[in-house]
Amino acid sequence: MSTVRTEEMLLNVGPQHPSTHGVFRLVVKIDGETITEAKPVIGYLHRGTEKLAEDLNYTQIIPYTDRMDYLSAMTNNYVIVHAVETMMGLEIPEKAEYLRVIAMELNRVASHLVWFGTYLLDIGAMSPFLYAFREREQILNLFNELCGARLTYNYMRVGGVKWDAPEGWIDKVRDFIPYMREQLEGYHQLVTGNEIFINRVKGIGQYDAQTAINYGLSGVNLRCTGVKYDIRKDQPYSIYDRFDFDVPVATEGDCLSKYYLRMEEIRQSLRILEQAVEQFPKEGEIMAKVPRVLRTPPGETYVRIEAPRGELGCYISSKGKDKPWRLKFRRPSFVNLQILPELLVGENIANLIAILGGIDIVLGEVDC
Amino acid sequence: MEQYLTQPLSLQTFIIFFASAVALLLLVLGFVTYAIYFERKVIGWMQARIGPNRVGPLGLLQTVADVLKLLLKEDTIPKKADKPLFLIAPIIAFVPSFAVLAVIPFTDKLHFADLGVGLLYYLAISSISTIGVLVGGWASNNKYALIGGMRSAAQMISYEIPLVMSVIGVILITGSLNLIDIVERQREIGMWFIIPQFLGFIIFLIASISELNRTPFDLPEAESELVAGYHVEYSGFRFAFYMLAEYVYVFAMSALTTVLFLGGWLPPFEFLSFIPGIVWFILKFSAVVFFLFWVRATMPRIRVDQLMSLGWKVLLPLALVNIFITAVVKEFIA
Repeated sequence: MSTVRTEEMLLNVGPQHPSTHGVFRLVVKIDGETITEAKPVIGYLHRGTEKLAEDLNYTQIIPYTDRMDYLSAMTNNYVIVHAVETMMGLEIPEKAEYLRVIAMELNRVASHLVWFGTYLLDIGAMSPFLYAFREREQILNLFNELCGARLTYNYMRVGGVKWDAPEGWIDKVRDFIPYMREQLEGYHQLVTGNEIFINRVKGIGQYDAQTAINYGLSGVNLRCTGVKYDIRKDQPYSIYDRFDFDVPVATEGDCLSKYYLRMEEIRQSLRILEQAVEQFPKEGEIMAKVPRVLRTPPGETYVRIEAPRGELGCYISSKGKDKPWRLKFRRPSFVNLQILPELLVGENIANLIAILGGIDIVLGEVDC
Repeated sequence: MEQYLTQPLSLQTFIIFFASAVALLLLVLGFVTYAIYFERKVIGWMQARIGPNRVGPLGLLQTVADVLKLLLKEDTIPKKADKPLFLIAPIIAFVPSFAVLAVIPFTDKLHFADLGVGLLYYLAISSISTIGVLVGGWASNNKYALIGGMRSAAQMISYEIPLVMSVIGVILITGSLNLIDIVERQREIGMWFIIPQFLGFIIFLIASISELNRTPFDLPEAESELVAGYHVEYSGFRFAFYMLAEYVYVFAMSALTTVLFLGGWLPPFEFLSFIPGIVWFILKFSAVVFFLFWVRATMPRIRVDQLMSLGWKVLLPLALVNIFITAVVKEFIA
């Protein structure tokens, strides 16, 4: 019997593919529908943020950070001002800290909602996407009232925040919490128990804690392997030590556990929001006394915070000027993405989308 | 219709045949136009959106505008495509979808061909469309299209078998492949086949959704994986042909489900029989169509290997069990 000649097929997934969430390209070799090799190609969205920052003073850098992880611009804002404040040793007013925490946690909820919606869209369900965006819309409206922007907020400043909460804004946040809880129940009813969904993601893209640590993963991608690591708890910044919340951990390390964790994190963020809204001081300053020209003392600093996608770090090397000598962001999406080629080998091409989606990347952040 | 079928072909009968075929085509095209509108509206409401509402009153002319756009678009053919196959593939996919409509009885009076092997005719002709999809995927010379076409062929062949097996129970009870006889038999035994053949109905429903390539079995055109699957390179009216074939099959399959399991034109209760049969047919038919749209708004997409194992390891054995039970019960009652 003569054998049929078979060939490996080289498939270019992206940069214009609907499920790569932006301009991400993946060169995969497939044998039938099984992936034998995967090579990610990134950099299509590279804007040289870090280099540009060397020519900007600290306040001018803030809007650039909005465009990194554009689904969670508040945490990006925070990491840069937090780094500068740490270097300068500034004391931040109480009210500003609360506003920051409320903004960051709302943004975390919004970011996880986008993940939830787009992930289900990748899996093939269209409706959850629209439900998630309906809820996200409410958060964006809140942000709109707070700082006039819906995506790139440019809200935080070194020493505090730019705008005080408008009249009645805190009450609107308070009303949003039970609403979101109710919707979350609906999501669980629609998706969590769905047999097809569970079959699509259970046991897919599995890795263990050691691999995750070796690749430097953080956030949900690390916690899904059983490592309890959340910077809000382990190295509290801002006023996170005042709130009572849990860090959800799973042990399976597959896409299903990542889904559970992100849904649970929405719940925990709502808990933080609830407490923050209760404790919110009515009076007080929103800006600390900062010099007109911000000069960081010479030296180096690295700060890190828990962004929705993992450990977001900011390293500043200063020579005592009003501009950083070198600025580096540790972007969680970029680091988390590195594990992708290893996860993809031997998988079905249909799982490619589930695994890539599970990592939860934002291309603005990967390419920075 | 029947007296014409037995007469020798003359100019008069030819004109009547031709006119009724055109009438059916127009009816189906009207259905497709408003099925798409209905689908978009229903899914829009389910997804907290409004749906089309710009073109014409309530957006009723939206699909008309879409079709016009498709027809006016440039008919692009990729340079490296296999040209003759590329051109003919959408037609191969569409023609059988229309041909199967010939055997669907809408009421006991209104039907086109009264074939003794009506059900078999439907199943046999409809599987020709697979070739159109496969050829289209192959001829496009595009990797995504090829994978989509291959998936489609594998899926349609795998699900044709449980589809055929699931209706054998109905055939056993009726003792005929004729679709009109099947409905008449449901009148005789006093209940629709959905009750004695519930297992068969479920298998048929799942397999038919898969045959229609609709969510959760829309793998051949899985947007998030294969961009658009087998019709990724098609544009203009050739693309419209594929879409048309898909929706005509929705029409045909819903009609077939109605006839086989929901009693066709029969009223649910005897005292309601003053309402004409066609009304009952349309009601049941619409319910099935609505169900298909509803599923689409709810479900994620199944994975390709799970699709295969569902077809071969679950649906096929269940269909065989159904045949066995039906045969045993029939033997004891008879």
